[in-house]
Amino acid sequence: MTHSATVPAPSLPAAAYRLWRGADPIQKAAILIGLTLVSLAILAPLIAPFDPNSQSLIARLRPPLGFERAKAGFLLGTDELGRDVFSRSLYGLRLTLMLAGLGATLGLMIGGTLGLLAGIAGGRTEASIMAAVDTQIAVPFTLVALFLLAILGSSIEVIVLVLGLAGWEQYARIVRGEVKRLMNMPFIEAARAAGAGPLRIARHHLLPNIVSPLVVQFTLSLSNIVLLESTLSFLGLGVQPPTATLGSMVGIGRDYMPTAPWIVIAPAMMILLITFAVQILGDWLRDGADVRLRAR
Amino acid sequence: MTRSPLLSVENLSLNFGSFNAVRDLSFDIARGETLALVGESGSGKSATALALLRLIEREGGRIAGGRVVLHGTPALELSALSDRQMQAVRGNRVSMVFQEPMTALNPVMPLGEQVAEVLRLHQGLDAGTARLAARDALERVKIPEPERRLDQFPHELSGGLRQRVMIAMALACRPDLLIADEPTTALDVTTQAEILTLIRQLQDEIGMAVLFITHDMGVVAGIADRVVVLRRGDKVEEGPVADVFARPRAPYTQALMAATPKLGSGAPKPLHRTEPPVLSVDNLAVRFPVRRGLRPGAHLDYHAVAGVSLSIAPGETLGLVGESGCGKSTLARAVLRLVDPAGGRVALNGREITRLGASELRGIRKQAQMVFQDPFASLNPRLPVRDLITEPAQIQSRMSRAERQALAEELLHKVGLEPEAARRFPHQFSGGQRQRLCIARALSVRPALIVADEAVSALDVSVARQITDLMAKLQQDERVAFLFISHDIAVVERVSHRVAVMWSGQIVETGPTEAVLHNPQHPYTRRLLAAVPVPDPARRADRVPPRSALTAPGLLLPVGEAPARATMIEVAKGHFVAAVDPASSLLNGAPPQAPAGAAAQEREPADRRRLHPV
Repeated sequence: MTHSATVPAPSLPAAAYRLWRGADPIQKAAILIGLTLVSLAILAPLIAPFDPNSQSLIARLRPPLGFERAKAGFLLGTDELGRDVFSRSLYGLRLTLMLAGLGATLGLMIGGTLGLLAGIAGGRTEASIMAAVDTQIAVPFTLVALFLLAILGSSIEVIVLVLGLAGWEQYARIVRGEVKRLMNMPFIEAARAAGAGPLRIARHHLLPNIVSPLVVQFTLSLSNIVLLESTLSFLGLGVQPPTATLGSMVGIGRDYMPTAPWIVIAPAMMILLITFAVQILGDWLRDGADVRLRAR
Repeated sequence: MTRSPLLSVENLSLNFGSFNAVRDLSFDIARGETLALVGESGSGKSATALALLRLIEREGGRIAGGRVVLHGTPALELSALSDRQMQAVRGNRVSMVFQEPMTALNPVMPLGEQVAEVLRLHQGLDAGTARLAARDALERVKIPEPERRLDQFPHELSGGLRQRVMIAMALACRPDLLIADEPTTALDVTTQAEILTLIRQLQDEIGMAVLFITHDMGVVAGIADRVVVLRRGDKVEEGPVADVFARPRAPYTQALMAATPKLGSGAPKPLHRTEPPVLSVDNLAVRFPVRRGLRPGAHLDYHAVAGVSLSIAPGETLGLVGESGCGKSTLARAVLRLVDPAGGRVALNGREITRLGASELRGIRKQAQMVFQDPFASLNPRLPVRDLITEPAQIQSRMSRAERQALAEELLHKVGLEPEAARRFPHQFSGGQRQRLCIARALSVRPALIVADEAVSALDVSVARQITDLMAKLQQDERVAFLFISHDIAVVERVSHRVAVMWSGQIVETGPTEAVLHNPQHPYTRRLLAAVPVPDPARRADRVPPRSALTAPGLLLPVGEAPARATMIEVAKGHFVAAVDPASSLLNGAPPQAPAGAAAQEREPADRRRLHPV
């Protein structure tokens, strides 16, 4: 994640191989899980045996293959409307990854830019941005989400916007704090003495130095956004049924936990794996991007 | 040795992880003796100090072999004690003073309580008795008004006073051994001289032994009875201080002596200045608003630079000396417009830059560059060397990748580094190499002037010597002028054609280096010179610094008022001295005449302390 212009970049496969070589077994597992989840999500329309939304009320609440009453072809069983849990999980994974990825990126962009602006500009600009941050923290976010979704309707775009807004203030706080710290470092003054303007300082001197906390925050917020999306779905404000997301599957399946736990287990496992892979990969990327950790 | 040893270190080896920091080190410290442990960074001197108090484990190291024995009743093998048993020794029989008086005290605890804490821990005194004892302890280290200090907090004291408090805490239990780890390195020379005198006096009074750790041969000559020289974890020399200084045996000790700057070892001859100056500064003033109280808008002005005029010719080095807080760094930043001046003018190659806008200023950066003090913090850790050192040139005119690489290699060659260095990152270099990188960065635009702000202060003497030699060579090759700022007068002497002495925001004396240093006229210059440690133990007796009655004029004034400017008198050709007018409140004890001046003077001590803890 270091700025491409700032590091003599070896060819991408070589860099990827070097990173893989440097990973420990847990990191390798996380990489494999991450790659698998992403491939499953991308290939969902090809892999999924059934249309995720086609119902079959005679085949309701059938358990996964290998259990009593299982129905042939339904690998992970069926839900309360007789839909294939495996197919729904794949499509749900696809949508959830997309929403979480876009949402977290949007939050990163908004919060990162505002934080950078606040840290560099200072004065009134900083005061008003930080006032917005404080407001965001003070107002319960579900309320804001309800408000926005009520006004704008719950299309995918609006949901991404809401999920992005859910995390921006954390990025803004982190970036502003880091920028303020870095602005006092002699190397920033050295850059000013060299004639660098604020844009150049931000791009070449500040950004590469705040990549680490940003990566950490990104991984944290990605997991949070997956959970937030399921909260919204649970409240009926997220992606509208019958479209599956991992969150809505868990939310609905909750009612059938005692009798048909398989409805919840598959999507819940996927949420768990996403979170796990993202956290581990975040640490790994952060260390990989830190030139100071390279061998002397 | 005639006296019985107090502490014996036998075949001590220290490891940090797999790194062997100290190997097979043995020495004794006798009762009442001062042993100086000398070495450059990485020599293992601080690791040894930490090992003696068994604090090294907290730093991630461990004692890999050997013994440390504290003789006396009872004799203790420190290297074998449990952590609990060590706690009874620390601060009681052996205590320690650290380098940084700013961070070694708890900022939110009154000083009295901090000193009393030691006494309550080790002597089991109750709160009231401990407070009285704390007062005595502060009095012993000659802190003025000890009663009042008990309820003050660390930020209210200057650096010198804080170090005295640290010493008071260390001595509160009358230890047998005081370990002082670079206790004066962070202090000004005049304060350093006072602290060294204090340690010597207290040693006579209490009869304790002192293990004095330092990199400064001048300080060693001033305080030590015996010297142990360390180099990369090995003892290379040990002996009485007079012998080591007169006849150093180990080649390393000889090199260290040779690299140590000695005041009076000659300065570059002044240049014949015929060309127009590269830099001319005229009556420059910089002030910062300081808030007073909670009422909005109520503020005073702190005059960091109060009317400074100077000029530098092409290819000339002007040394600017002064103690911390005198405004020399602010002056350097104002010269490059890194802070905006409040008044006066700065001209680079005849062009006034005081009122230029941002884009015009960018072009000016081609003519003047800066080298900073801390080579570790002044290079962006995330950029490769090639991008770092060519950045100023890149800002001036866009270059292709190949051009940058070529320029980087050329610059690296100039500062004596390998071309491969271009691909590496700052953390892969040592402090001296990094400072070379900083110089290379400054050179990338072929500037006419380089401002070097304490550029060698953070480096070991031998490395500092290499850097100043490099600067001199570059000056010859490229005719670059230097504004060389340092608190170390001996280093300034070595590189400067002329010097300017700065005190309290003003230049009080300026002229050819030889003239100013050998014939100082201003009382402040004299005091400064008297405090410089002389690396010659034989001359120890005649350099007890006089506590001069010199008080700085107040720089914190109501808005609209300006500090009185002294007129400069030419005492010899090119040698100017600020007039010391008894009525101008420059000298303490003189009856101040103007009411405004008197008010300023009364306000002054508290204000200065608040602003300049150093």
